[in-house]
Parts: sequence; structure tokens; C-alpha cells
Amino acid sequence: MPAILAESLVRRFDDFTAVDGISFAVQPGEIFGFLGPNGSGKTVTIKMLCGILPLTHGAARVDGIDVVKDPDAVRARIGYMSQKFALYDDLTVRENLRFYGMVYDLYGARLQQRMDDIIARINIEPYLERQAAKLSGGWKQRLALGCALLHEPSVLFLDEPTAGIDPVARRQLWDLLFDLSGHGITFFVTTHYMDEAERCSHLAYIYYGRIIADGTPAELRRLPQITPDGTYRLEITAAEVTSALRIARQIPAVRSATIFGRSIHALIDNACPQEEFAQRLTHSGVKIEETRPLLPSLEDVFVEISQRRQRELDAA
Amino acid sequence: MNPFTGFQAMAYKETLHAVRDRFALFAAFMMPLFQLIILGFAVDTNVRQVPTVVFDQSGIASGDGASGSSSSREFIDRLRNADTFHIYKFVYSDEAMNAEMVAGRARVAVKFPAEFARDLLRGESAQVLVLVDGSDSSVAGQAVTVTGQIGLDESLRRLLGEGATRPIDVRPKIMFNPASRSPNFFLPGMIAILLVFVTTMLTAFSVVREKERGTLEQLLVTPVRPLALMLGKITPYFVLGLCEMCVLLLFMNFVFQVPIHGNPLLLILLSTCYLFVNLTIGILISTKANSQAEAIQLAMMIILPSVFLSGYIFPRDNMPGIFYGLSFLIPATYMVNISRGVILRGAGTPELWLDALALFVLGVVVLLLAVRRFKRMIV
Repeated sequence: MPAILAESLVRRFDDFTAVDGISFAVQPGEIFGFLGPNGSGKTVTIKMLCGILPLTHGAARVDGIDVVKDPDAVRARIGYMSQKFALYDDLTVRENLRFYGMVYDLYGARLQQRMDDIIARINIEPYLERQAAKLSGGWKQRLALGCALLHEPSVLFLDEPTAGIDPVARRQLWDLLFDLSGHGITFFVTTHYMDEAERCSHLAYIYYGRIIADGTPAELRRLPQITPDGTYRLEITAAEVTSALRIARQIPAVRSATIFGRSIHALIDNACPQEEFAQRLTHSGVKIEETRPLLPSLEDVFVEISQRRQRELDAA
Repeated sequence: MNPFTGFQAMAYKETLHAVRDRFALFAAFMMPLFQLIILGFAVDTNVRQVPTVVFDQSGIASGDGASGSSSSREFIDRLRNADTFHIYKFVYSDEAMNAEMVAGRARVAVKFPAEFARDLLRGESAQVLVLVDGSDSSVAGQAVTVTGQIGLDESLRRLLGEGATRPIDVRPKIMFNPASRSPNFFLPGMIAILLVFVTTMLTAFSVVREKERGTLEQLLVTPVRPLALMLGKITPYFVLGLCEMCVLLLFMNFVFQVPIHGNPLLLILLSTCYLFVNLTIGILISTKANSQAEAIQLAMMIILPSVFLSGYIFPRDNMPGIFYGLSFLIPATYMVNISRGVILRGAGTPELWLDALALFVLGVVVLLLAVRRFKRMIV
């Protein structure tokens, strides 16, 4: 049984269709990355799955429970953490934890036990009596996660959990997520960071209400429309990378080329193999340091499929 | 699912908020007390020592010249003895008299025409002209009443002769507030008005603040039920309002010496209904308002009618039909009546149960409205 199952979800607001018939299944213990541009329907989807926004059409089950028929039971099984870290600034860390525990009907010894467990897990012991307002962003985020975990939810929704957090805190949060997913908790994460997308075990990309890609990161990289038949990808490291790019783009076999740091990522026709391509560049005065075959990055994937989809939309 | 799920959690958290923000709590608690003190000391609507100017022409005809006639001097002495007037000046022309009035130095001008003494001697009706500054209605009203009474008294005395018994002797007796002390009348009603501020504003703010911070969104994805959320939020402010009520009563009773003729416990019991209505109105406001500024504006729309239509300042009997009808929808109307009833008239349950019931019904209606709006807000 999937931890999250969405079947042809539709949500309309008056004449605007925010989510237009999306379907996907997330298996227990997966870290499901839900990506897409701002305003493409990510938050609306989360709200529907959490049972706080009615569906216009379709069906959804979270942890096996129908979100339309029994939203209250869904709410008791899930945790939710938004980018705003819904903590009470004037309450201490301990009071925030206690409040969210009570919200989920935990009292007395059971509450104490769960709090001790979470405190140990997020390592927040030294700050227990500090007001939430006086925590750093990283600690706020950990506390928010701790609050969302108190009632041992089976599914956790994280809406851009790392927006505005420093890299170390981001890394720590992801380590924590991996640890928890190892214990069977399913994560539904939205993010704009590609390195975070790489860490997900399952990705879906939503573009203006439609899911246009769904699979593991490796599967998405191998999508045929990203590297079409008869082409290959190459990374070229060169001394003067900007002039090298200009020269590369003049070669007819190059379908597209962009700069990544000191390298060029190019999509090239098979008609022009790697050696021939390198020769042409060298002839034009480019000092090549290294060339190697390349899989598309997730960013390549998302940019490419977004543009294709936009062309379809424009044509329609 | 139990509609009270999460109540305890909300009450716990909300109490912490209230206790944590000591300044706001102190301000909310002290503000009504200060207002009570200010109004208790400053408000005295009994009119005394109104600046009065006199123009007496009556001496001219009788040969007494500018000092007036004996009859007019008698009348003036009576005016002086009435505490209402303070005769600060005699003038000797209409222009001077008008000038005093226009400048606002005199609120009342009394003019004895030249024929005054002559007409009296002849046994004809003699006229006294009393000019009253109408810009302050309570002063004007009392000045007119008192001068009229003095005139009537003088007339009767002259008609019946000195020492005669009057055919009809009207002796008004004021019940319930025999001293006609303003605090006695004002403070019991004011308690009802002051409680609106503490209760409505504080609850409205508490929900709006969660909207602004984004924590409300978080609460909505938890199993907390709307009803439990609201009742939990109300709880600490309910306790605060009740304490406020007790403190205001103690101040009124001991500092301003307003005696409580009825049962103070009954008053406090009935005021719980009133507090409940106001707290739920605060919640209702917060479902509409998206910022604290908006909440203040909406709260003012509730508070101002409470002040003006509840009967606290203006008697409801004199209101035009539509406002009279509106006053039934204002919780303060019932509370002003309950408060004055218990404190001034010594009323008990038989006289006041209808007001209490009205408050209770209003409270339930507002709560249901708030719950409905709240559920819609979730979506």
C-alpha cells in the first residue's frame, strides 16, 4: 500500500485550475521530492493531501486513509512543517514541544517520553529553556521538525523546509531526514535546491498544474527527451571558458551549450563524435584541459522539460 | 470526532502568551481601571455655579437707578442662593449683556426690564428675561429648570402671601440614587463598557497574530477542532475579564463609595455571560481581519455603538426606532441594565433573568457564526 496515493487530483479556484489532474504514488519510507516553479500548484497539492483543502475532482489516500472521507484521521497521522516554521516565538523550546504534543492528544508520562525522545533526536537539550525567537534559523527548523514528529506521524510534509537556512544546517537536516526515513517515515518535500532534489529517492516535477516528470533522479536523467536519440552530452573544461562557449556554439553539431563554473556542458549530435569535436575547438584556439562524457544534471532535466511543456502550451 | 480535541493545548499555550507578554497584560488590565478612576473623579454632571450675568433695568422706573428695584433684588438673591448660578457681574446695557454671552464668559444672562417693578406693584404679570447658552445641553436644561422654579416660587409667594401654605406641595424624591451623585449613575454602566475593551480587543488580536505569523496555518493541519481552538483561546481572557470585573467593582465600591444594593455575586455571575459574548465577538472579528490594524477598526465598529446605543450615555427610550431596535443587538445594553439593576436598584434574578438570557443567546449565536466562518477560513 502506498503511503501517499493521488489519483487525478483536480483543484479549481473559480476559473483558475491550480492542479489539473495529477496522479502519483509514494511508497513508505521514500523521500519524495515534489518540485516545480513557484505558483505551479505545489502548496495546493500539499493542502489537499493534508485534508485542509477540498478536492474539486479525484481521490487521495494518505497512509491508506481517504482524505475526503476522513480528513480528521489524516490530520492525526501526518506531520506538517512549512517554510515559516510555525513556532511560537514567545514560548520556550520546551513549551513549544509540549504544546504540539498536547495538540496531538499526548499527555502525562506519554508526552514526557515522546518529548525526551525528540529532544534527544534533534539534540536540542542545551536550548530547552530558550525562547524560540532567540534560536538561529537552523535550530528553529530543527525544533519545527521536532514538533512535527512528536506524535510519530507516518507521513511528514515539508514545504520548502530549508529556505533561507545555511548549508551546514541544511546538511544536518537532510541527515536527520535520511535517518527517519530509515525508520519507515515517508517524506513529501518541496524544494528549489537541486542538490536536495538529488538526495530524494523519488521525484515528481509539476508545471502549471500538471506533473510532467515522475521517477528516481537517475531515471529522470535518462529520459529520452533530455538526451534525444543521436546525441550525447559532453563536459569540456577549458582555459578561457566564455570564448570557448562562443566558439562551441558556432559548431553546427552543437544543439545547446551552457557554462558550469570553468566547464561547458554541451549537447552534441552523434554525427560529430567527441574526438572530432575536441579537434574543432582546438583548431579554433581553445585550450582544452579535459573532456568527459556527461549525464544531464537534474537542472538540465527540469529546464528542458519545462521548455518543452511551455512550447506545447504556447502551441495550444 | 470530539469537538473539544485540542482545547487543553490551546488554553495552555494561550495562557503562556498572556503571561509572557507582561506589559500588554498589565496595560490591558490597568487601562479600564485608569478610565474608571478618571471618570469617577472628573465626571460630575450636576450643574453648579454657572457663570451668570445680570442686567437690571427695573430700578429706572422706580427711581432706584442702576442698582435695580427691591423686587428685582429679592429675585436676584434667590438666584444667588440656588447653587446653580454664580452671578459674577452686573451689566448696564443690552450690548454688554450680549457681549458677555457671545464671548462665552456668561452661560446665563438674566434681564429685568424697566417695567418689572412697576408691573409687580400693579399686580400685573411681570417678565424676567433669561438668556441661556444652549451649547452645553446639560447646563442649559438645568438653568431653564431652576430659573423657572424660582419664578414659579416667587409667583406663588406673591399670590398667596408670605407664610401661607401652598395648595399643592410637590416634593419629588429620587429613588436609588438619592444624592443624585454622578458616579453612582455613571460607574455601574461604565463597568459594562470598559469590559468590552479588554475582552473583544485581546481575543481579536490573539487570533490575528497567529494569522500574521503563519502559525494558524500550522494549527489547521493538526487535529485541533475549530470549537476547541476558539474556546481555548478565549479561556485566559475570560479569567482576565472576570478579575477585571472584580477589581472594577471593588474600586467603585470602596474608592468611589458607590453602594451595591443587590447581590455582588449575582452581578459577577451574570457578567460571565457578558464576557462570553464579547470574547466570541473578538473571535468573530479575527476571522474577518487579516492584520491587527484591521482588527482594531472592526473592534471599534462594535465598541462605539456599545458606548452610544447601550443606554450608558443616552437613555434608550429617547432613541429613534431604528437605533432602539439596534440597541437590542448590543450586548452592552443588557449588561448596563444588569449592572445598574444590581448596584443601584438592588434587583435580583426575577428582574434580570431576561437580560442574562438575551446575553446567553447572543453569545451562542455569535459563537456558531464564528465557528462557521472559521471552518470556511480553513478552506
